[in-house]
Amino acid sequence: MSEIVLDVRDLEAGYEPGVPIVRGASITVAKGEIVVVLGPNGAGKSSFIKAIAGLVPITGGTVFLDGKDITAAPAHTMVRLGLAFVPQTENIFPLMSVEDNLRVACGILERREIPARIEEMYAAFPDLVRQRRTAAGNLSGGQRQMLAVARALIVHPKVLVLDEPSAGLSPKFVSMVFEMLAGIRKSGVTVLLVEQNAKAALAIGDRAYVLVEGKDRHEGIASELWNDPVVAELYLGQRPRKSGTGGGA
Amino acid sequence: MSLQFVVDGLLTGSMIGLGAIGVTLTYSILRFSNFAHGDFMAWGTYATLAVVSAIGATVGKVAPIAPLSFGWPLIVALVVGMAFTALLALLLDKVLFSRLRSQGQAIIVVMASFGASMALRSLLEFTFTSRPTYFSRAIQIAMPVGFGIRITSDQIALLLLTAVLVLAVHLLMTRTQTGRSMQALSQNAALARIVGIDVASVVRVTWVIGGALACVAGVMIGILVQIRPFMGFDMLLPMFAAAILGGIGSIPGAVLGGLIIGLAEAGAVQLIGAEWRAAVSFIILMAVLFVRPIGLFGVRER
Repeated sequence: MSEIVLDVRDLEAGYEPGVPIVRGASITVAKGEIVVVLGPNGAGKSSFIKAIAGLVPITGGTVFLDGKDITAAPAHTMVRLGLAFVPQTENIFPLMSVEDNLRVACGILERREIPARIEEMYAAFPDLVRQRRTAAGNLSGGQRQMLAVARALIVHPKVLVLDEPSAGLSPKFVSMVFEMLAGIRKSGVTVLLVEQNAKAALAIGDRAYVLVEGKDRHEGIASELWNDPVVAELYLGQRPRKSGTGGGA
Repeated sequence: MSLQFVVDGLLTGSMIGLGAIGVTLTYSILRFSNFAHGDFMAWGTYATLAVVSAIGATVGKVAPIAPLSFGWPLIVALVVGMAFTALLALLLDKVLFSRLRSQGQAIIVVMASFGASMALRSLLEFTFTSRPTYFSRAIQIAMPVGFGIRITSDQIALLLLTAVLVLAVHLLMTRTQTGRSMQALSQNAALARIVGIDVASVVRVTWVIGGALACVAGVMIGILVQIRPFMGFDMLLPMFAAAILGGIGSIPGAVLGGLIIGLAEAGAVQLIGAEWRAAVSFIILMAVLFVRPIGLFGVRER
């Protein structure tokens, strides 16, 4: 395996002391990989990546980014450290224009680099160009996700962390989001992705982990996991079921 | 009806509007109504007065600048006063508001600001007594400018100063990274952190802008009316009315709201008597909110 970018070891995290939601989860993400974290509802997937991004208090374990310990780093320093997070909902500033949404995230870039970088994002996400002066709150669900991802990518992150980018979107936009993620994969950006939509996520991912009750319980090559009986058991409950609905996506 | 109310209203409106900018910023970014904002005005004015007196005591009497009633010492003192008021706001946030804010209950912060307001005001009364005082006792002759309107040079200068400051704050909010960060924080504090905005530093900028503008508004009142410990507290209701009328979070809204309330009050004095001036501004406020609950420049959260 190539160089490890994100290395999470025995992570424990939770909002209240003594009530851990994440209970010793470990994953690694190598450079250029798309790693998917799957799991049933309430498995702590969301809390797990929020803890990595500095948004849920960490009570144990370590997070290394490019060999550097970022476990205790405050959320606002994460982009500077190289980790860009895209929350599941409310991931744009609704009253600011599309362009200002991108610009406001450029705090860590060199001033003269910013205009070119914004144009690069428009080139990668052509849907946003026509809307550059539009208030972001007027965008469609799929375009909002694009803007949120563009805003995260604009700072050249070492790893892009996405929390269920397809959640709450209509089927049309879900496929749009996964097309976008496939495009990101081609560009060589390292991605850590949490998804409910297991089938679609495994289709674009390299490797995947299954998180159950706050622990990583299973790991494998993404393309093989879909038919892995252990996953079906962990993911869908104790009894493996025949209907492959994609696990409540 | 004499058109003089237009000048009076614009002046009162400028004072209200400059104060309302601070109110609207604190409300939208820190999510609480700062009832001590009026007292920042009064403290800024007394600080400016103290610096003017200190300059007077060191360099002797300074002749006023041509048509104005004041000379360079007041301008220097105003800048010092603005810095002082900004520091006062930062200090109050550090020792009081930030601690309560971290506990997450907005109403406690509001009540604390009410207490801070009373404490600040009492300290002024204790130090300077409640007797009114003035920057200058010289009487300015107002010059006629047509349509039965008279205006003094001081009034023209202060209207221009207001326009420049409002434009500067507007440009800061819309054209700079600091301003965009402030907008971002007011719209979604969690996301602001995620995109790398240091919330603590944006909060500091908010207090500095609010405090400095409160000082300017106070000094305007001091130059055109008089200086009293209650001068800021008395402006509190019109300032909040202006901020709400204009739409919380909007700088142009706060200023326009201030001007509308200032003009309405001044017009009301002529038409139905001075005792009703506050009532008139609140009827306008209620009427606007009845038609447009988010205020003139307010935007619905989506």
